[in-house]
This record gives sequence, C-alpha cells and structure tokens, in this order.
Amino acid sequence: MSGLNIKEMTKREGPLCEGHRMCPGCGAPTAVRQAFMGIDDPIVVVGATGCMEVSSTVYPYSAWRVPFMHVAFENAGAAISGIESAHKALRGRGMFRENIKFVAFGGDGGTYDIGLQALSGALERGHDITYICYNNQGYMNTGAQRSGATPKSASATTSPAGLKLPGKLQRPKNLTEIAEAHDIPYVAQTTLHNPMDVITKVKRAVETKGPAFVNILVPCPLFWKIDPADQAQVCKLAVDSRFWPVYEVADGEYKLSYEPKKHVPVEDFLKSQGRYAHLFKRDAVRTDLIESAQRDVDAQWEKLKMRIQSSQR
Amino acid sequence: MSGSGLLKCWQDVPPGTVTFGATSREVETGLWRSMRPVLDAAKCVSCLKCWLQCPDASITTDSDARVTGIDFFFCKGCGVCAKVCPAGAISMCPESDFLSAPAEASRGASPGKAGELFGA
Ligand SMILES: Cc1ncc(C[n+]2csc(CCOP(=O)(O)OP(=O)(O)O)c2C)c(N)n1
Ligand code: SF4
Ligand code: SF4
Ligand code: SF4
Ligand SMILES: [Mg+2]
Repeated sequence: MSGLNIKEMTKREGPLCEGHRMCPGCGAPTAVRQAFMGIDDPIVVVGATGCMEVSSTVYPYSAWRVPFMHVAFENAGAAISGIESAHKALRGRGMFRENIKFVAFGGDGGTYDIGLQALSGALERGHDITYICYNNQGYMNTGAQRSGATPKSASATTSPAGLKLPGKLQRPKNLTEIAEAHDIPYVAQTTLHNPMDVITKVKRAVETKGPAFVNILVPCPLFWKIDPADQAQVCKLAVDSRFWPVYEVADGEYKLSYEPKKHVPVEDFLKSQGRYAHLFKRDAVRTDLIESAQRDVDAQWEKLKMRIQSSQR
Repeated sequence: MSGSGLLKCWQDVPPGTVTFGATSREVETGLWRSMRPVLDAAKCVSCLKCWLQCPDASITTDSDARVTGIDFFFCKGCGVCAKVCPAGAISMCPESDFLSAPAEASRGASPGKAGELFGA
C-alpha cells in the first residue's frame, strides 16, 4: 500500500475540519478524520442523519471541505449509489475526467436498522462505493435509544436497567457478517484502538473497485458513560477482550488484523463503562449476565476463526 | 420564495445548499473547554499520536510534521491527546488557571468564507 506516511498526512487538510459540534471526546469525528487520512483521490461524501451529520452541518456552517450531501436517515446507500451512477454516466459522455471516490457514512441506527435495505441494495448492485458505519451502538442524536447494534445488557433509554429489566435483553445483530454475505470485494471491521488500522482499511476499501463496507466501533462518551478522554483505551479493551474482533475480508479471503496475546475477560470491557454499571452493583453482581456475555464473545470468536480457516483452505 | 408564499412545484423550493466549505472554522468551540491541554515541548517526541486521535483536529504541526501546540480556538478540552501521549508531554489543567490568556492567541489559518457570507 502506498502513501501511508503520517508525516505527509499532516500536510493535507482533512475533509472534516475544526468547528464541528460533536461532543468533546466523541469517537465519531476521530473515526471520520482517520478514515480519510490515507485517501488521495477527490471524494464526495454522503451522510445519513445522525450525530455526525447533524453536528458537522449546523446551518449555515459546514465542517466539510469536500462536496457533502445530507440525505435522510434511511437512504445513504441509495443516495451514494445514485451519485456514483450519475458520475459514471457523465464521465462516459466526457463531462468528468477525475477519478472521484464515493463514500457514504451512517451511524448504527442508520445502517444496522433503518438504512439496511438501501445499503443491501447498493452492495448487491455492485456500485463502486465505500460505506462506513460509525457504530456507537445506539441512536445517540435522539438521546441514546437502543438499536440493533446495542449489546445485550447495555442500559439505553429504551432498554433501561431498572428493578425489572437488566438493560437490553437481546443480542446485537452482526452487521459485518451480513455485509460479508453479499459477497462483495471488501469488508472490514475496526475501531479506535490503533489509527493505522482505520486508515489502512478505509484506504483499501476506497481503492477497491466495487462496493466496500467498513464497520468502525466508536465510543459515545455520553451513552457509554466513560471519561471523554478514554476513547482509545476503551476501544483497546474492546479488541483485547475479543468483544470487537478487528479483521478484513478481501475478495473472500479473511484476515485477522490483530490477535490479542493475553486473555482479557469481557468483564474488563463491561466494567469500564457506566452503561453496564447495573451488572456490578455491590450486593447484586449479575454474574449470570457477565458469564453470558463471555459465552457470546467466545462463540463469536470461534465462528470468526472458522470463517478465517475455511477461507484460507 | 415566491410572493404569495405558496410553493407550486419543486422548482419553487429554494435550494438548501451551503456552497462554501469549511465554514465551521468560524465557530469557536474552544469556548466549551473546562480543562486545557498544556504541551511540554521538551518532552514531546513528535510521534503524532495526539494529532491522529484528536476528534477536533486541534493539534497543530509545522512543515516538518512536528507538533507545535494546540489550537485553543477549537480545542474542546476532552483530554484524549493527553491520554494517548506515550511521552506524558500533555497535561490537563483547569481552564480557570488561564482566565487572562486571550482565547484567540493561537488561532490557525484563515477562517474561510463564512465571514463574508453571513456578515459574521
Ligand atoms: C426516518 C427518521 N426517523 C427518525 C429520525 C430521528 N433521528 C434523527 S438522528 C437519529 C438517531 C441516529 O442514530 P444513529 O444512526 O445510530 O447515529 P448517531 O446519532 O448515533 O450518531 C434519529 C432517531 C429521523 N431523522 N428520520
Ligand atoms: S451524543 Fe455521543 S455520538 Fe453524539 S456527538 Fe455526543 S458523544 Fe458523539
Ligand atoms: S483536549 Fe481534546 S480537543 Fe483539545 S487538543 Fe486534546 S484531543 Fe484535541
Ligand atoms: S502524543 Fe505526545 S509525544 Fe506524541 S506528538 Fe503528541 S505530544 Fe508529542
Ligand atoms: Mg449510533
């Protein structure tokens, strides 16, 4: 891979500039900044409704240095498909020469749930696009409601932990696996544990011909109830505990990007965040739910390992 | 908008486009800060970890990609840079210790076109 020199990157102005109104320490703008650091081609960005879009385009200001289009919550996949197709048609008529790249991003609400159909269509039709899900595991812009990405036992405002219920009852869906099932040229999962992992994966996604999907786990300090300073540390725990494996699938070949050396129990990841505080009450530790979280993590890891092994056969 | 105030077809709808980019550089998000990152240049090894991780692109660098400081016009004081610094070169101090320091002292490059556009 060429051009991944961090020193050179500091000389370029990133597509997302200062003055956006994301909360202090939010993981989403870190992810979006890093995502574009390795890309040299001109880009057009589409953003689904959500914190990132709302806070980067507070009228009449824009935090974007590149063409940016806000579309509805549910249709980022369709909008980026249309823009890519229009560009292809106009290029065919000689109206464009540049090699423009098309990137859409949406939150987990806009991607796992409400925009899933539009995303699936875009991947199936084979557009030359990259879709990035910045996944803070809930509907943050409207006040931390649970989504299809919210982990089991997390307390969200529509799955609150209280006397009757211990937070969300269901497991999250595995959207990265759903994207893999579309048999597209590039799928990856990453988080903010290591900037180079985000930078290289998004660069690869954007440079891949055809549809690519990248799922980036990002903390929302308000919902996760963490110190805003801790975004990188909490993401490291997510990776080390295997709660969030980081890997990529390029042309059907699976590759683990990082394998934790020592065993970190998922309990350490859960304990680091206030959204799981109800599992750790002094006289009522929910060992059953902590163990169940560990079982889910182990099963997910084994399943991933199997996919990796069978792809390399 | 048309005189009657009634929009008859979609062509009547005024375009909702912001035509100049990077206009949010007019917005002083540094006013949100309650803690201030203070850089000890003697300790900094210019690894750029803080630059890579700052959610607000507020770490400033020179033409040799060395970290020169923090743009307090935008820095929200989240403390992420101090946490990722392997050299302990950034410490977080209460903003109230700096009340006399002008906020715009280290403001970065030109603010973009928003000023001209909106008379700010
Ligand atoms: C069709 C529709 N339903 C509901 C909303 C209200 N809404 C705006 S942002 C948002 C939450 C977005 O969640 P997510 O996609 O996860 O992004 P986040 O805010 O977490 O970054 C909701 C529910 C909307 N804009 N459109
Ligand atoms: S509510 Fe959460 S996701 Fe939204 S800007 Fe604030 S920290 Fe980021
Ligand atoms: S405190 Fe936060 S916003 Fe300020 S420079 Fe450090 S990382 Fe950036
Ligand atoms: S992380 Fe620390 S050592 Fe590295 S460039 Fe920033 S201030 Fe310097
Ligand atoms: Mg979300």
